[in-house]
Amino acid sequence: MAENKKIKTPLFHIVNRGKDGVAWYYSLLIRAAAIVTALIVSGVMIMLLSGKNPIAVYTSMFNGVFGTPRRIWNLLQNVAILLCISLAVTPAFKMKFWNCGAEGQVLVGGLATVGVMMFLGDKMPLPLLIIVMIIASVVAGMIWALIPAVFKALWNTNETLFTLMMNYVAIQLVAYFLKVFVKDGSGVLTPMPQYGLPIIGKYQFLLNIIIVALLTFVAYIYLKYSKQGYEISVVGESENTAKYIGIGVKKVIIRTLMVSGAICGIAGLLLVGGTNHTISTTTVDGRGFTAIMVSWLAKFNPFYMVLTSFLIVFLDRGASQVSTDFRIPQTISDIVTGIILLFIIGCEFFLRYKIVFTKRVKEEG
Amino acid sequence: MKKLLALLLAVAMVFGLAACGGGESADFKVGFICLHDEKSTYDLNFLNGVDEVKAALGLKDDQVIVMTNIPEGDECYQAAADLVDQGCDIIFANSFGHEDFMIKAAKEFTNVQFCHATGTKAHVENLPNYHNAFASIYEGRYLAGIAAGLKLNEMIAAGKIKAEEAKMGYVGAFTYAEVVSGYTSFYLGAKSVCPTVTMEVQFTGSWYDATEEKNAAEALIAKKCVLISQHADSMGAPSACEAAGVPNVSYNGSTVAACPNTFIVSSRINWAPYYKYMIETYQKGEAIAVDWCGGIEEGSVVLTDINDKAAAAGTADAIKTATEGLKNGTVNVFDTANFTVGNVKLESHKVEEKEVIENGIFKESKIMAAPYFDLRIDGITLLNEKY
Repeated sequence: MAENKKIKTPLFHIVNRGKDGVAWYYSLLIRAAAIVTALIVSGVMIMLLSGKNPIAVYTSMFNGVFGTPRRIWNLLQNVAILLCISLAVTPAFKMKFWNCGAEGQVLVGGLATVGVMMFLGDKMPLPLLIIVMIIASVVAGMIWALIPAVFKALWNTNETLFTLMMNYVAIQLVAYFLKVFVKDGSGVLTPMPQYGLPIIGKYQFLLNIIIVALLTFVAYIYLKYSKQGYEISVVGESENTAKYIGIGVKKVIIRTLMVSGAICGIAGLLLVGGTNHTISTTTVDGRGFTAIMVSWLAKFNPFYMVLTSFLIVFLDRGASQVSTDFRIPQTISDIVTGIILLFIIGCEFFLRYKIVFTKRVKEEG
Repeated sequence: MKKLLALLLAVAMVFGLAACGGGESADFKVGFICLHDEKSTYDLNFLNGVDEVKAALGLKDDQVIVMTNIPEGDECYQAAADLVDQGCDIIFANSFGHEDFMIKAAKEFTNVQFCHATGTKAHVENLPNYHNAFASIYEGRYLAGIAAGLKLNEMIAAGKIKAEEAKMGYVGAFTYAEVVSGYTSFYLGAKSVCPTVTMEVQFTGSWYDATEEKNAAEALIAKKCVLISQHADSMGAPSACEAAGVPNVSYNGSTVAACPNTFIVSSRINWAPYYKYMIETYQKGEAIAVDWCGGIEEGSVVLTDINDKAAAAGTADAIKTATEGLKNGTVNVFDTANFTVGNVKLESHKVEEKEVIENGIFKESKIMAAPYFDLRIDGITLLNEKY
């Protein structure tokens, strides 16, 4: 009492919300607030950087994504492809196997597809050809994932570096085969739509979308309800626990990466067989990496991934429409995309932690 | 509306355009598809042309739609289809790899005109609404080569090098005909004034790789090349030349700001004349040429200002004389009297089974707009051909 020492109390401290987290309406509120704040902040940025009216910019963004039936189909197709690659990386990430090689795994899947189309296209009926395409793409993607998985399981090599390096090998392989396939030296392989996957009605992308939708359900059930899905979670949480309860960790790693690579192969099949009908070194266009973000943002839940991949594709398509409409450099639209993503990822912090302001008790004296 | 009408009328008068028959100009829309954006010198050159023709023809903002960063894949077809949805009458794409996807769109949207720069397939596809365009840039390179040859002569006269040491270096992207045609015409331009000149070519395997281009230029300088030129889109080679004090003949535009002591002159394609041609032809209701190759006369091939600090005396006059010669046909870049292949004068050469040598002259860009001269002539050494 006599001591009049000033105790320094922080203005606030951060409290973990614990396992139960927050009520659903509260999380909804925080997320909505994040998006609104993001839109306001990026609106100010747009005004400062380009002098354009932010409302017109957002209108153009929406218009670019939903403006015409074709744009909506494109949106769905791009969501489907990104979602497919995200589904592919998810089992590996859930197991804490940092598979940064989806880019390469999709690309070799696509390369296998294009190889089959080129060399077997005129040698067998289309239905048989498509079956061969499916097998080739899945096997190719699987092998590309299997190599780093085996090294990890047997010799504990660093899978991040290994899978990253495999991407470069895949890109160079495509570059090499383009040089071999394309006789005129232009490096551009003429599309072969005659050997493509079937088109449902008039809708070029419908088949891709249906396949990925089915895949999403299967992935959800596999991860959540199957024994293998459970083993993945256990290995991801603690390898020692897994060993203790008798899970063959090496076997799980190899098996999971085969699943991961196989789905990447399917993404390659859809990109080449169902969309491009040709291949280039940029066919995957960085989506092997974006998929990692999609998967993490959705906390590895395939259904949430539909939303997160939609968000990413929406921002990407919208941003390019903005740069087209206003003839402003795409970098400005990319900044907006970055701000919105930052807020959305940042708000997760507030869902997991609570900020408690310290109450100052005035002492009587 | 009155203002617009007056503007249109003025434009019509300026260009002597009888703007009747081809539909209302106010409804007209044109779309452009670019591989990258203004960060690339190649795309910037196209975008500058868009602005130029937009102002010249008095087109409004919503009549010109530019889509940038469109990859050479199905995205190009989707972009073209999207431009059709937005009501474009003509759609133009600027990258070689866009061609197959433009053809796909042209087959589907038969009432829209598709024009493609640098492509090679229009003359075999036989589609009424698909067209290729290029420019006789080999003539520009030839003129730039004259500037290079005169510089070499100056060095010989000053005793800096002996006549047989007049060796130039060239940084090329790929071993495509476009590049081969370019460096050969550059070399022949130099040879027309400096008969002892030789040249070494180093390929980088990329249209834009500043480090590789710089390394290639430095390697050539180390091999005693006394003058450098390039066909790639970064500042790599010009800046290496400036650092080493070696004269440079540039491409795509002037690099004098970054290289005040070594930049001599640069050739480039101006796309505005083609844009103007395709828009006006369409508006007149006439057919756009299957293959269009603009030259010096049309203003498609242009040289930048000569940098007197680096260029030899008399360069401007020599270029002027040669330009006249090219225009009236007394000078021909690929005159077989001026070069040999394997020490033999070329008598006959076939491209797509058609004879391209007429009266002793290799006719470049005649069968199609894009260059096809890809012979390895004597005097030029290729250091690597892996690309």
